Amino acid sequence: MSPSALILARYYLRATFRSKFAILFTAIQPILFLVLFGPLFDRSGVGSWGALVPGLLIQLALMSAGLAGFGIVLDQRFGVLERLRVTPASRTSLLLGRVLKDSVVLLVQAVLVITLGYAFGLRAPAGGVLLGLALIVMLAVGLASFSYAVALTIDQELFPPLMSTALVPLMLLSGALLPMSLAPAWLDVLSRLTPFRYVVEALRSLFTGSYTSAEVGWGVLVSVLFLLVGVLLGTRLFQRENA
Amino acid sequence: MIHAIGLTKTFETRKGAVEAVRGVRIEVAEGEIVAFLGPNGAGKTTTMRLLTTLLKPTSGTATIAGHDLFADPTGVRRRIGYVAQGATVSPMGYVGEDLEVQARLYGLRPAEARARVREVLAQLDLTGVEQRVAGSLSGGQRRRVDIAMGLLHRPALLFLDEPTTGLDPQSRANLWGHIRRLRDDEGVTVFFSTHYLDEADALCDRVLIIDHGRIVTEGTPAQLKAGIGPDATLDDVFLTVTGRELREEAVA
Ligand SMILES: Nc1ncnc2c1ncn2[C@@H]1O[C@H](COP(=O)(O)OP(=O)(O)OP(=O)(O)O)[C@@H](O)[C@H]1O
Ligand SMILES: [Mg+2]
Repeated sequence: MSPSALILARYYLRATFRSKFAILFTAIQPILFLVLFGPLFDRSGVGSWGALVPGLLIQLALMSAGLAGFGIVLDQRFGVLERLRVTPASRTSLLLGRVLKDSVVLLVQAVLVITLGYAFGLRAPAGGVLLGLALIVMLAVGLASFSYAVALTIDQELFPPLMSTALVPLMLLSGALLPMSLAPAWLDVLSRLTPFRYVVEALRSLFTGSYTSAEVGWGVLVSVLFLLVGVLLGTRLFQRENA
Repeated sequence: MIHAIGLTKTFETRKGAVEAVRGVRIEVAEGEIVAFLGPNGAGKTTTMRLLTTLLKPTSGTATIAGHDLFADPTGVRRRIGYVAQGATVSPMGYVGEDLEVQARLYGLRPAEARARVREVLAQLDLTGVEQRVAGSLSGGQRRRVDIAMGLLHRPALLFLDEPTTGLDPQSRANLWGHIRRLRDDEGVTVFFSTHYLDEADALCDRVLIIDHGRIVTEGTPAQLKAGIGPDATLDDVFLTVTGRELREEAVA
């Protein structure tokens, strides 16, 4: 990791943690689902906390890292991005500095959700949870990079409504809230075409303690691909228009 | 310091192509202070963004501070400072912290960066604003923070796009003094744009005037004034080379 990326990541983290409320606020949706929907879900016979918490983690990743691009919209407006682009910092580190920050924030939020989950009755092995967190961080890097790529491509005003609208169907299709095993065939097929389903299923598998299942393999594969594509795309957009 | 030949930039917009810069040749020697003048929309900012690696030229070549613009943009970035025309800091950012991060991105170590930030702030009469957010500063103070950002790494070549807009006469005179000292003491080459012709006259060794994306005249202020007539000012030069149509319209 280049020093510039770390310098920037630490800087963005300091700024983010200055307003702890904001960190909690981006995590509010999954927390509400956990508290107000979790107990229902647990008794519905559809699944247990072990199925719900992984889904909420994906929801969290989409809402937190997926909307990360909003930060760069402001940087663009205030001329900060242009100033950073004249420094010798590599274009990749301009992206990674932000993405690292987003991953750390997501990690903190995920730990919060999991801890709450335990308080409500989640029983997952520590090893599975740790591996799950690693997977979540990988996904966050890809997601945040994508988010920046979109933010740098489309109209500033369009980004917030467009992105939050796009993320809802992706979240629903991942089976984050209800397992896709309940879905009719067409919905199941549609769901398999979206990346996050594989990560949810991998997380559920990890949370039950089976670390070598096919689901875990697919989840890791999809996350790695997502990360690579996201970072490459993000870097290219930071480079765009440069000499 | 700057050798640019045939630089052009055409923006593709919905309403068609905008030829912002049309075949510009710019030669600036080491240690020169050059004023870049031109009416609104003439292409000053676009030219500066081309020379500072921020925009890809549609055509042309340039060597900036000894590095090829295309082959080694990072080499160019290391040696230049650029203060953009608009804002460059977030209103929510703490001035000291933002400056320090900027310095670190140029490779200064944490202690060096802190010391350098203090030094530059003092030079620009900004001592004591480190702990404040940029949004709480006056317009002129914020402008000086923008300028500080471009000086931290002691660039050999400094681009300033309308640096003194919004500064009071006192701060403006201070900045002139500072720019002269940078050149006299450290040999910094300065390329700045301005709409204040007295500023150009007071500060620069040479003037470049751009209009409609083309350099329309260049020379020392004395040469240019002499070319117009006895007692001519730089204003007369400027209006003669850029305002012809305007005057003809006024007469007609
Ligand atoms: N990103 C862009 N897209 C389209 N057109 C642009 C863009 N940037 C600049 N232009 C156009 O290029 C021309 C030159 O603009 P530029 O900003 O370089 O002028 P300027 O000399 O700096 O003017 P000012 O004194 O007002 O700052 C203008 O017609 C402007 O509208
Ligand atoms: Mg301009």
